[in-house]
Amino acid sequence: MNFYPEFEVERNDSRCIRCRVCERQCANEVHWFDADGKVMLSDESKCVNCQRCVTLCPTRALKIVKSDCRLRENANYSDQTIKEIYRQAETGGVLLSSMGNPNPLPVYWDKILINASQVTNPPIDPLREPMETRVFLGKKPKHIRRNADGTLDTKLAPQLTLSMPVMFSAMSYGSISYNAHASLARAATALGIYYNTGEGGLHEDFYQYGKNTIVQVASGRFGVHKDYLEAGAAIEIKMGQGAKPGIGGHLPGTKAVGDVSKTRMIPEGSDAISPAPHHDIYSIEDLRQLVYSLKEATEYRLPVIVKVAAVHNIAAIASGIARSGADIIAIDGFRGGTGAAPTRIRDNVGIPIELALAAVDKRLRDEGIRNNVSIVCGGSIRSAADVVKAIALGADACYIATAACLAMGCHLCRSCHTGKCNWGIATQRPDLVKRLNPDIGSERLINLMNAWRHEIKELMGGMGINSIEALRGNRLMLRGVGLTGKELEILGISHAGE
Amino acid sequence: MKLDVSKMGFSEVNEQMRQTPDSEITLTGCIGQRFLAAGTGGKYVKISGIAGNALGAYLNGSVIETFGNAQDAVGDTMNEGEIIVHGNIGDAAGYAMRGGKIFVQGNAGYRAGIHMKAYQEKVPVMVIGGRTGSFLGEYQAGGIIIVLGQHTDGKPIVSNFPCTGMHGGKLFLRSDCEGIHFPHQVHHRAASPEELAEIRQYVREYCAHFGGDPDEILNAQFTLVTPDSGNPYKQMYVAN
Repeated sequence: MNFYPEFEVERNDSRCIRCRVCERQCANEVHWFDADGKVMLSDESKCVNCQRCVTLCPTRALKIVKSDCRLRENANYSDQTIKEIYRQAETGGVLLSSMGNPNPLPVYWDKILINASQVTNPPIDPLREPMETRVFLGKKPKHIRRNADGTLDTKLAPQLTLSMPVMFSAMSYGSISYNAHASLARAATALGIYYNTGEGGLHEDFYQYGKNTIVQVASGRFGVHKDYLEAGAAIEIKMGQGAKPGIGGHLPGTKAVGDVSKTRMIPEGSDAISPAPHHDIYSIEDLRQLVYSLKEATEYRLPVIVKVAAVHNIAAIASGIARSGADIIAIDGFRGGTGAAPTRIRDNVGIPIELALAAVDKRLRDEGIRNNVSIVCGGSIRSAADVVKAIALGADACYIATAACLAMGCHLCRSCHTGKCNWGIATQRPDLVKRLNPDIGSERLINLMNAWRHEIKELMGGMGINSIEALRGNRLMLRGVGLTGKELEILGISHAGE
Repeated sequence: MKLDVSKMGFSEVNEQMRQTPDSEITLTGCIGQRFLAAGTGGKYVKISGIAGNALGAYLNGSVIETFGNAQDAVGDTMNEGEIIVHGNIGDAAGYAMRGGKIFVQGNAGYRAGIHMKAYQEKVPVMVIGGRTGSFLGEYQAGGIIIVLGQHTDGKPIVSNFPCTGMHGGKLFLRSDCEGIHFPHQVHHRAASPEELAEIRQYVREYCAHFGGDPDEILNAQFTLVTPDSGNPYKQMYVAN
């Protein structure tokens, strides 16, 4: 069924110089030049509002605006809801979407406020006093151990050292481009943090960034072999993803081409299917087996991360993981992004990361096993303020991916699944991939992280805290606004004014 | 190196195997230690007793021969090498294996060969002498699974739901497979002599390990199962 396009292309003809940049830049083929009438024409029905043409139009002749031609207003059956039904009635298909849940569900970060020192406990100026933003991820010893001669036993479980409590979250080569991976790898190396391969293996060109790489092992085990496991600084077992808890991954055969198929070690054009479960994991004991098989294969030199989606019983799940031998738990909230997920799953499954994180940190502390593991949280960490709030709620570090994509040029048009990303990120088309220059991409990522690091220091300094370690789990630094008693109880914070 | 492992934990056994310069290693008194020889290459490991879960996980070129049953996850994600089991094995053998060979004299449990793959010259092979449990070759994406059905307990050569989600590779069952239900996205038919010629070498290797006459084994009806398409999920989605 045809319906009026969601977006309209507004072209100011008096400004348009017919340079046809918009036509060349649009992989969706919205724009074309009509030689007879000497005008630029457009087919809005193909437009995804990625803003590529708007950004590159040299005379600012273009605008993409939301169409005001809507179906009759209905608070129950929204325009979107009705059109989804039309799409499914036409095709019989499962609705597929990209990036994080766009619906107006609560964002608890925005209802949490941070403390600052006044009078009695002076704030610290990060420009003139040292501030520590370095964190170490991994198991921490419970007791001080001494050698036979009385000296300290300083042997620790393997740790990741981060210059600041932020890492680039898993995005596979396949779901994003070679140049996007190159940008992330280079930026992580320059920043002294880590990026994550996702489940698509590690391109041979990026082994050189191994010291700052986390390699992922998912249910499909794509590209997993001894050299891959040993190439990185840590191994992440992917049990779940915030955008699509409970289901697996599926890279369509059309994207498994060239180096992507080589890196995943699957034939070209073959679907890369990551089953929903790991078929050898039905219990914490089974998880322990995978954790230890990876540790044995890599001689206990690397920390093992277990990544799960934030779901209803997350605290109990995390408690199990903390006893599985894992060194780090990564929890991914329901607003986390994805290169493709069924719309219904993305928009309806999982819980907010803020509540999951607070519940997990409390549970592990109550059980006296918080030091068994570090906690990394992700699923829409949008700013330095979100990072500071996450750490005060109990995280050791945060994972960012959507924000990293934005830094590389993503405009959040949520069309990754089409493979036609005009910004060269979520695509494998060579002509599009080359639009993302890794020199610029990595520089922008470095800029973003440096800016966040300054802001984290400012926020910490304001609280009179000069070390990130002193902020972790420091919920006294947080207050809620407009939250119910139950929400405050789960977050473990007081209401503003208390 | 000869090692009595009856009083050792798995990490100690593996550590000793890593430390020794010997390429030939004999482990005796094995009592279910897990992860034996995980990730190793260039060794020949002979095991007596019962090997525990994840025997030869991520194996990278070593040869493991175990004289007894092995448990779950034999050859998990193995890349190269060979695992020879003089006995039966548990569930999820050869999960996501990409290369190398697994030979099992007896039966296999559930989910043998799940998500087995192949890439270019790497074609993993699994030969099971007896029968297998349910979900044989689930999500199989490449490689060759051969089940010889030499078990004598009268049960079917494969239990329920074989080849669910299969989208690559080949599966040979030495049976007419009457009464066995395959999912709609796979083809199954009698293997031709040319197709059987492809697995002759592996049957010969099986017989070299465990005895038996390859010609006699191959002189029977085999069913060949292959996927319908490499993209079984293609039509399921509509962009939203």
